[in-house]
Amino acid sequence: MEVMVILVPLALGLGLLGLGAFLWSLKSGQYEDLDGAAWRAIADDDPPLPPPAKSPADQRG
Amino acid sequence: MLQTRDFSHYVKDVDGRVAHLDLAVEGVHCASCMAKIERGLQSIPDVTLARVNLTDRRLAVEWTKDSTLEPGQFIDRLAELGYKAYPYEPVRAEVEEAERSKYLLRCLGVAVFATMNVMMLSVPVWYGGDLSPEARDFFHWLSALVALPCAAYAGQPFFQSAFRALKAKSVNMDVPITIGIALALGMSLVETINHAEHAYFDAAVMLIAFLLAGRFLDQKMRQKTRAVAGNLAALKAETATKFVGPDEIAEVPIAAVRSGDIVLLRPGERCAVDGTVVDGRSEIDQSLITGETLHVPAERGTQVYAGTLNISGTLRVRVAAAAEGTLLSEITRLLDHALQARSHYVQLADRASRLYAPVVHAAALLTIIGWVLAGASWHDAIVIGIAVLIITCPCALGLAIPAVQTVASGAMFRAGVLLNAGDAIERAAAVDTVVFDKTGTLTLPELDVVNAGSVPPDVFELAGRLALASHHPVAAAVARAAQAKSPLQGVVEEPGRGVRAEFGGEELRLGSPEFCGADAEANQILSEDPEVSVVAFSRGEQRVVFAVRQLLRPDAAKTIDALRNRGIAVELLSGDREPAVRHAADALGVGVWRAAVTPSEKIAHIEALKKQGRTVMMVGDGMNDAPSLAAAHVSMSPISATHLSQATADLVFLGKELAPVLAAVDYSRKAMAVMRENLGLAVGYNMLAVPIAISGYATPLIAALAMSGSSLLVMLNAMRARRVRRGGARWK
Repeated sequence: MEVMVILVPLALGLGLLGLGAFLWSLKSGQYEDLDGAAWRAIADDDPPLPPPAKSPADQRG
Repeated sequence: MLQTRDFSHYVKDVDGRVAHLDLAVEGVHCASCMAKIERGLQSIPDVTLARVNLTDRRLAVEWTKDSTLEPGQFIDRLAELGYKAYPYEPVRAEVEEAERSKYLLRCLGVAVFATMNVMMLSVPVWYGGDLSPEARDFFHWLSALVALPCAAYAGQPFFQSAFRALKAKSVNMDVPITIGIALALGMSLVETINHAEHAYFDAAVMLIAFLLAGRFLDQKMRQKTRAVAGNLAALKAETATKFVGPDEIAEVPIAAVRSGDIVLLRPGERCAVDGTVVDGRSEIDQSLITGETLHVPAERGTQVYAGTLNISGTLRVRVAAAAEGTLLSEITRLLDHALQARSHYVQLADRASRLYAPVVHAAALLTIIGWVLAGASWHDAIVIGIAVLIITCPCALGLAIPAVQTVASGAMFRAGVLLNAGDAIERAAAVDTVVFDKTGTLTLPELDVVNAGSVPPDVFELAGRLALASHHPVAAAVARAAQAKSPLQGVVEEPGRGVRAEFGGEELRLGSPEFCGADAEANQILSEDPEVSVVAFSRGEQRVVFAVRQLLRPDAAKTIDALRNRGIAVELLSGDREPAVRHAADALGVGVWRAAVTPSEKIAHIEALKKQGRTVMMVGDGMNDAPSLAAAHVSMSPISATHLSQATADLVFLGKELAPVLAAVDYSRKAMAVMRENLGLAVGYNMLAVPIAISGYATPLIAALAMSGSSLLVMLNAMRARRVRRGGARWK
């Protein structure tokens, strides 16, 4: 039974670690775009981009 | 005239060095879109961040402030990449919803952590075996250590809501929940101190976790609706062309327009402000405001309202100050009144709690008295009484409704219906009368060519290409119907008459019948159907006249038929003239219709229907419909509706078809049936455990089983709201 003195706090500690990780992921905005995250994981390599028509500085006005 | 675009209103300052802009983007739906947009913008020098949010279809851009970048450039760059984007400013309600759902998720995380760990400590206690009383006490104390702080934190949404309700001298669902949680935790703590056998920490935290899951689902659904509504507002491009100098105009967001400003309204543009014409002469289409499809002349002194479509000439409009006594203020007053009348509606869960709380509390009290009379000690009697409260705690009840709402709103979203109000499903399910507006609701918002079949295809195509050069809405309808893409070169516009161009050595003209010398053909068409607008086209000696009108939605007749098959009465109320309404009513087979109805007459009619005991759904799009939308039990607007109507409507539908109206009714009825089943299941399941609790055998194990079992059952049952049996009309 002495082993419980180590195992129970260890289990609680692991649980707390999990909670901490969840709160951190929540705070860093990882749940804000679940659809996007799903797609990003399987995104292909960069598709070719059409070149800008004009340099940005010319586009004013 | 020099024109600039000024979106500086939307740019936010991050930390003095970085500027931030939120954009709503149309047409983003996959990974390659995201990559294309993000890399496309990041390739612009000085841009520090470009991140797409696919869930909300939005884009956040940040750039260093000392660069020469301007918001308009990002919009241009996105247009080059093939996306339409509009600056977006989240309304306060949306920010609050997002904060709230984040808070609930945090609470849920804490509650789930507590549940799992307390469960780990409880299972050995339930199992018993050779667990010594000292070890049991040790486990109970550890459970208390985890459960008490976690419950104090994660239970706050319920405690606060219950406190608010009690302060307002009313009762909601959270009052019995709070009492249940507090008693369960308090009793468990006392039992732990007294080295007793049973503690209910696990049941208390599990209850909080399940209830929070329900609240979170509910909140998430509402947040999604808000995000969709917010994007719609941004995508409607609420900008105005404002005079910033005597000869200089700038395209500015509506929020940056002040009363007294002069805005320019060009042909084919929709007015975004209320005001008075100070210069210019034109015809305007007020159908969004009044339902009347006939164009009215506008000149100096004419009042125009947001939503007015300018047809032929350019107007300068002075933005109105506080528009007392105008149509808009009248409509707003009616709207406020109607909204107040509806807020008395009580949500199903709260109605259930009014019945539920007294019954359970009385049962617990009777149990205690019963046991004391039977000779038990006060301590034992109170422990058993609290066990009854824990067993009957409305854990599944809290999940029963949000789970169904989430599933049903997802299914409705796929059918082209967006939910604007949280309790819309409940109200839509009870509908037995549907009142339609005509213009823009039963008919498509845009004009269409009626006699396309009788025009030779090559002539039609040429007319379409010529029409691309004109801003006139009737010409635009011809261009759309011909699916013209490439405009002709060297087109000359003759104001008020039409456009002409040279093509293959012949002169092409598109415009009024007089301009094209096609009076005879035009008169013939008008004599057959006086309701259409005509536009003529001539190529050399060849003359063609197009008849243009608002067509009925393609499946309108089928949908109305299907509604009737479900036992729903259909009526038509329109602000338009009698012949136009009669024509639509005859085509759709709607027997009950009224024409030339004012907004207050519409309300009066709906109130009269309500007095007869009917449950009315109003479907309308115009500003004149907004008060009646609010007066009806439940309301629906097409996506093309005015801002005011869309904000008032409980449901918004997308696309060219009317079928979403039917889908909304069907899914709501199904969802309501499943909700009732779920309430029955939740109450029934817990009631099974009540005799066990009253007889004093409700161990913590039984409480935990009752709770998780019933919650699981209602979640699984909720999935059934996904499907409805189709009949009559179909939807995607």
